[in-house]
Amino acid sequence: MSEELVKLSGVQKAYRRGKQSVPIFETLDMSIEKGAFLAIMGPSGSGKTTLLNLLGGVDRPTGGSITFQGQRVDNLSESRLAAFRAGHVGFIFQFYNLMPMLTAAQNVELPLLLTSQGSKARKERAATALQIVGLSDRAAHKPSELSGGQQQRVAIARAIVSDPELILADEPTGDLDRETANEILSMLQELNANYGKTIVMVTHDAEAARYARKTLHLDKGHFVEKDLVA
Amino acid sequence: MTSRGLVWKNLFRKKLRTFLTLFAIFVAFLLYGVLMAFQATQEAPTQGPLARRLVVTNKINFTQPLPISYVDKIRALPEVKRASHMSWFGGYYREPQNFLIAFAVDEESFLDVYSEFELPPEQRAAFLKDRQGIVIGKRIADSYGFKVGDHIPLRSNLFFKKDGGDTYEFNVSGIIVSPENLQGEDQVAFHYAYFNEARAFGQDSIGQVIVETNDPAQNDAVAQKIDAMFVNSANETETRSEAVFQAAFAEQAGNIGLIITFVVGAAFVTILLIAGNTMMLAVRERTGEIGVLKTIGFTAQRIFAMVLSESMLFALIGGLLGLAAAAGASAYLGTAGPGFIAGMKVTPGIALSGLGLMLLLGLVTGAVPAWNAMRTDIITAFARK
Ligand SMILES: Nc1ncnc2c1ncn2[C@@H]1O[C@H](COP(=O)(O)OP(=O)(O)OP(=O)(O)O)[C@@H](O)[C@H]1O
Ligand SMILES: [Mg+2]
Repeated sequence: MSEELVKLSGVQKAYRRGKQSVPIFETLDMSIEKGAFLAIMGPSGSGKTTLLNLLGGVDRPTGGSITFQGQRVDNLSESRLAAFRAGHVGFIFQFYNLMPMLTAAQNVELPLLLTSQGSKARKERAATALQIVGLSDRAAHKPSELSGGQQQRVAIARAIVSDPELILADEPTGDLDRETANEILSMLQELNANYGKTIVMVTHDAEAARYARKTLHLDKGHFVEKDLVA
Repeated sequence: MTSRGLVWKNLFRKKLRTFLTLFAIFVAFLLYGVLMAFQATQEAPTQGPLARRLVVTNKINFTQPLPISYVDKIRALPEVKRASHMSWFGGYYREPQNFLIAFAVDEESFLDVYSEFELPPEQRAAFLKDRQGIVIGKRIADSYGFKVGDHIPLRSNLFFKKDGGDTYEFNVSGIIVSPENLQGEDQVAFHYAYFNEARAFGQDSIGQVIVETNDPAQNDAVAQKIDAMFVNSANETETRSEAVFQAAFAEQAGNIGLIITFVVGAAFVTILLIAGNTMMLAVRERTGEIGVLKTIGFTAQRIFAMVLSESMLFALIGGLLGLAAAAGASAYLGTAGPGFIAGMKVTPGIALSGLGLMLLLGLVTGAVPAWNAMRTDIITAFARK
C-alpha cells in the first residue's frame, strides 16, 4: 500500500487581472503518492507552472485545500511556507537559475544556509550532492564556466541537498539538446528509483515524459484522459 | 559559504562597478571630512582664549582707526582686568607676495593679554628692552628661517615713513609658540612706539583694543558698556568677542568659506546620488535571483536583511576609507597649510556625523531595493531566464 505525499482537494486558483478574475483551476483534485515520478504535459497556458507553484508552496490556492504528508500547507503564513519549501521541496528550473558569483559547490550549499548545520557539515553535504550528480570535479567552477547540462546538474544537486521529499521540475530539459536532456532525465529517474524522491516534472516533450512513471495531461485547468504515452 | 559570505560575494560580483562606486563614496566622504574640518576652522570658537577676550574696533569698519586715548578709558572701567592695543601694519618681507600678518602692539600689555603665547623669559625681556625688537610666530619663523638675533627689514604697504621710505628695521627678539591659539604662530608683533614715531601719518591712532575682563561671563554687558562710552563721539566703537571678530576678519577674504562649502557640498550630494542610484540598480538587476532565493526557502525578512547589509557595508567601506583619508589630509593641511586653516582636523564630532551619514546612505540606498526585493513576486521564478 503506497503512502500519499501531496493531496489537492477542490483546489481553485484564479489570477486577478485588473478588475477581472481569471480562473485557472475551478476544482482540481489530485493525489501524488510517495515515490511517484509524474510528468505533466499540456498546451501553453494550461496551468502547468501554476500547478507546480501550488504543489511547492510557492503560491496559494484561492480555494480548496492542499495537504503535504497529511498537514495543511495552503494556509501557512509566509515565513512558515518558506520553511516548508526549504525543508520539503526541491526546485529545478528550465534556466537553471544558479547564482553567477558562486561556485558550483557554493550554489549547492545555498539551501543549507537555511538549516542549523555547521559549516563543515554543509560542505560535506554539498560535496555529496555534487557527487550524486557526477560533478565533483567541477565543484570550484562558476556557472559561466559550465555547460548547460552541467549547470542543470548543479541545479539538481542544489534541489536534493537538503534531502526534500518532493522535487518539482519545470521544463528541466527545455533548454538542452536531446543527448544532454536524456542524461538529465536519467538522473531524475535515478533519484526517483534509488533515492526514493517523489518527482513532478512539467514538460512539453513527449520523449522526456517517457522517463516518468506516469503522465498527466492538463488542458484548460483540467486533467484529461489521453493515452498519449506510447 | 555563509550568509555573510553571500552578502560579500554579491558586493563584489561586478568588480569594476563596485570599485567605481566605492571610489565615488570614498571621494564623497573625503570631501565631507575635509570640508567639515575646514569649516570648523572658520567658526568662532566658544571656548578658549579667543572666547574670553573682547576686541574693540571702529564701528564703521575694523580697518578704520581709533584714537589711542580710548585704551586708557577702557582700562579705567572696573570690569576690565587688562587691555592692550594692536595696529595693522600691512607688512611684507622684501617682496609684496611675502605678505605677513604684522601688528604694532603695546608690547608689555600685549604679552600679558595674550597669556597663551609662550615666550622664554629672556626673549621676553629682550623684546621689551629693544625698541626695534620684534617677536615672530613660530610658523612664520620656520617658513622664512628667521632666528633670534636676526636683523630683518619689513616693508609696509600702508604706512610710509617720515623719511619717505617704507622699510622698518627690526631685531628678532623672540619666537612665539602658541599651540592653544595658532594665530600667535602666524603673526609678528613689534613696538607701537617705534612704529608710531617713524610713520608719516596716522599718529596716535590705533587699530583695535584687546580687552580681558574680570569675569568673562559678563563680557556681553562689558561690551555694551564700552560701546555706550563712545556713542555719539567722532569714533563710535563696536565691541565683540575676539572669536567673533576673527571669524568676521576671515570672511573679509571674499568669503571663501561659503563658496568652498557650497561647491564641495554640491559635489558631495551629487556623488552620493549617483552612488546611491548605482547601488539601487545593482539590486534591481538581481530581481530574478532574489525570486529564486525566495523560492528555495529564503524568507522575505532574510532577504531584506541581506540586501540592506550589502548597501550598509558598501557605504561603510567607502565612507570610512574616505573619512580616514580626510583625517590625514586635514591633519596635513592643518600644519603645513596657510594660517587661516591652522589646526584644521577631523574631530571626533565630524567623524561621528560622517558615520551617521554613511549609515543614512546605506539605509536609504538599501531600504528601497531591500523592500522591493522582499516583495519580489516569487511565482515568477520558475520562468526566469
Ligand atoms: N502571475 C500571474 N498573473 C496573472 N496571470 C497569470 C500569472 N501567472 C500565470 N498566469 C496565467 O495563468 C495561465 C496559466 O499559466 P501557467 O504559467 O501556469 O501556464 P503553463 O501551462 O505553465 O504555460 P507554459 O507551457 O507556457 O509555461 C496563463 O493564462 C497565464 O497567463
Ligand atoms: Mg509554464
